[in-house]
Amino acid sequence: MTKTLKREEVVAARGVRVTFGAVKALDGADLVIHAGECIGLVGHNGAGKSTIVNVINGGLTPHDGSLTYSGREFHGISAARANGVRCVFQELSLCPNLTVGENARIMHAELKGWAWRKRALALVESQLQDIFPGHSIDCDSTVDDLSIAERQMVEIAISFAGIDQRPKLVILDEPTSSLDAGLAAQLMAYIRKFVGEGGSVLLISHILGEILSTSDRIVVMKDGRVVADRMASEFSTRSLVEAMGNVVREQEFSRSATSRTGEPVLSMPPRRGHGLAFQAWRGEMIGLAGLGGHGQTEALLDLYLDRNSNWWPKRQHEIAFVAGDRSLNGTFPLWSILKNLSIASLGQLSTNRIVDRAREETLGASWKQRIEIRTPDMENRLLSLSGGNQQKVLFARALATTASTVLMDDPMRGVDIGTKQEVYEILRSEAANGRTFIWYSTEMDEIRLCDRVYVFRDGAIAAELVGDEITEKNVLAASFHEGDAA
Amino acid sequence: MKLSSGTIRLIIPAASLVLLLAAVFYMQPRAMSYTGLNLLFNLAVPIALATIAQMLIMSVNDLDLSMGTFVSFCACVSATFLQSSPALGILIFLGAIAAYALIGVVIYVRDLPSIVVTLGMSFVWGGLAVLILPSPGGTAPTWARWLMTAKPPLVPMAIVASILIAAVTHCIVMRSSFGVLMRGVGGNDRSVERAGWSVLGLRAATYALAGFFAVLAGIALVGLTTSADANIALRYTLLSIAGVILGGGQFVGGKVSPIGAVIGALTLTLAGSFLSFMRISPDWQIGAQGAILIVVLALRLALNRLEKREKSE
Repeated sequence: MTKTLKREEVVAARGVRVTFGAVKALDGADLVIHAGECIGLVGHNGAGKSTIVNVINGGLTPHDGSLTYSGREFHGISAARANGVRCVFQELSLCPNLTVGENARIMHAELKGWAWRKRALALVESQLQDIFPGHSIDCDSTVDDLSIAERQMVEIAISFAGIDQRPKLVILDEPTSSLDAGLAAQLMAYIRKFVGEGGSVLLISHILGEILSTSDRIVVMKDGRVVADRMASEFSTRSLVEAMGNVVREQEFSRSATSRTGEPVLSMPPRRGHGLAFQAWRGEMIGLAGLGGHGQTEALLDLYLDRNSNWWPKRQHEIAFVAGDRSLNGTFPLWSILKNLSIASLGQLSTNRIVDRAREETLGASWKQRIEIRTPDMENRLLSLSGGNQQKVLFARALATTASTVLMDDPMRGVDIGTKQEVYEILRSEAANGRTFIWYSTEMDEIRLCDRVYVFRDGAIAAELVGDEITEKNVLAASFHEGDAA
Repeated sequence: MKLSSGTIRLIIPAASLVLLLAAVFYMQPRAMSYTGLNLLFNLAVPIALATIAQMLIMSVNDLDLSMGTFVSFCACVSATFLQSSPALGILIFLGAIAAYALIGVVIYVRDLPSIVVTLGMSFVWGGLAVLILPSPGGTAPTWARWLMTAKPPLVPMAIVASILIAAVTHCIVMRSSFGVLMRGVGGNDRSVERAGWSVLGLRAATYALAGFFAVLAGIALVGLTTSADANIALRYTLLSIAGVILGGGQFVGGKVSPIGAVIGALTLTLAGSFLSFMRISPDWQIGAQGAILIVVLALRLALNRLEKREKSE
């Protein structure tokens, strides 16, 4: 009897498929979570961790496969919440303009009626005391006034708190990313206690020590599928890293032996006071690797602003930037393809500050041919192009300038493989001509194209890999912290 | 005791109001009386109500550019239908509030910029106002007139009304559950949605409430002026936005303060009188009013920076 109770399914996702355009985010993934267990979920960028979390918490409806809560099929955020699923997201999801108590009111609809403020405060305070004994958070202050660690603590406490019924499953996505070791240990201890009382936890973390010591079972994802699902005791740090990596033999790339001559074109001291310093020489292709959101974009921006004032940009750009989020900070959607391409090089295209149409068109025609922008006419609207071709235009925009260094912020997101290959070719030839590329990418195939790779972890450079050292295994090992938490 | 950031944000508007008031009293000691104060702040009441309406819209990260024409429209309805056939007048107002809720829904569902939609609506309201009252005229309902010219003991009506507006809206916006959810939508609508609330419903309710306060602004304005005109409140669009910002509110992020908004409206009204007392020619008054705004906002920006620096240390 107790045995069957113990194996009660809280959430079961079976054969789940989710696609975003051409990208298969989940390709038949299975994840079953039973009551009273803590599951560790690991995987590299794009493995589908966040997507499966969003499926379980009701934010995404799977295109295929079944999703059941306690054995019954439901869909939607409210249904997931009604079934006791709570989620602590990686990007903090409190309302920064509200107080801690008011945030609890939003998360817990049951806190209605007279004097809810008092009850909300009591609820959060007691829960905080439970998880992080000895904390010093003033629950009357606005979330804005709290430090990042305190915000994370509050969010965790609000999610674990229950009024009428306690949550059945709490999903923690990188819960310790801004907590120090002591607080992280308190949280891990609380997770064990919560699990011991019959609750379930789905833990996502890049600190493998936490995963190994806290979880009962570890699920490893890769390319939208679950590739390993075993008891935690059967894993070690080494075997976990190996499980995340590609089983297929990595193909070899011919890397040009780079000759470092003279001064580096770009350099940056160690970030956040620890880790390695950044340096780049002429003609190098440098990869910034690591899990998403560990400071790579910030590093690129710092490199850019270092050379180009935010207040008064220089006329002659030494650095060009290829944005990752196309629609947010890349394209001018109402402009033609040609205008989108030439915007960065208007200085060299104009005489007496008037843009020379003929030269602009020549430039457009030459790039159209070089990177094969698939359009009958460069005067067509940019949005008439496919996403991959739009991205090519952005590349052409950066490459058409006289800039000797090009920074790229994960520019290949959502681009099909054919386009990628074409762009790789161009990058290679441009690098051979002496251009320096600094490339943040979340994809291992792209990282392996680079001459040298800096692996980021927790906002600083954790490792430098050169030439043949750039393997998926080494990158994974450096991006995941071995750390012995809890 | 540690001051919360909300209280700090209120200090500057309150201080600038006190400073301005002191300057006015210094130049014109006779203003320091029951009648003087009433005259100084009389016109602030409709502006305060319109500012509150604008603040509600701004608390969900939108902006209402039709506030001025909508208040004009409401004033025209008050001076005509509400006076001659109150039932029809109230019905028109209910319809207008429903229209506001609908605008909120359309903006959210179609993901339109609120500025564009409300700018378009401003022509609709303006046109309706002209249809109702082609030439200035109409009469204020007696009860509105009585309310706005009432003489409570000790404190003039303008002050009582301002405090009342501030208190009531503070309860709604800062204390009630609805206010928390509304500001939550402004702060992080995804987290409100993830918690299982209907952002659509919340935004519709916010817009409806804003419409309600704008209707009150129209009635109050007619109560003061006794008659209406289709262009009577066109200035209110910018005045209300300036009032919210002056009172410590922000364009995005759900950071608003009803008490601050009322103080901001009072400050703006007072700035006009202050400039007249300074004998600045009307040609320069708008520019000088702008200068006052810039000084106050610069002060706030400096304070925000100081706060941020303290936090990062």
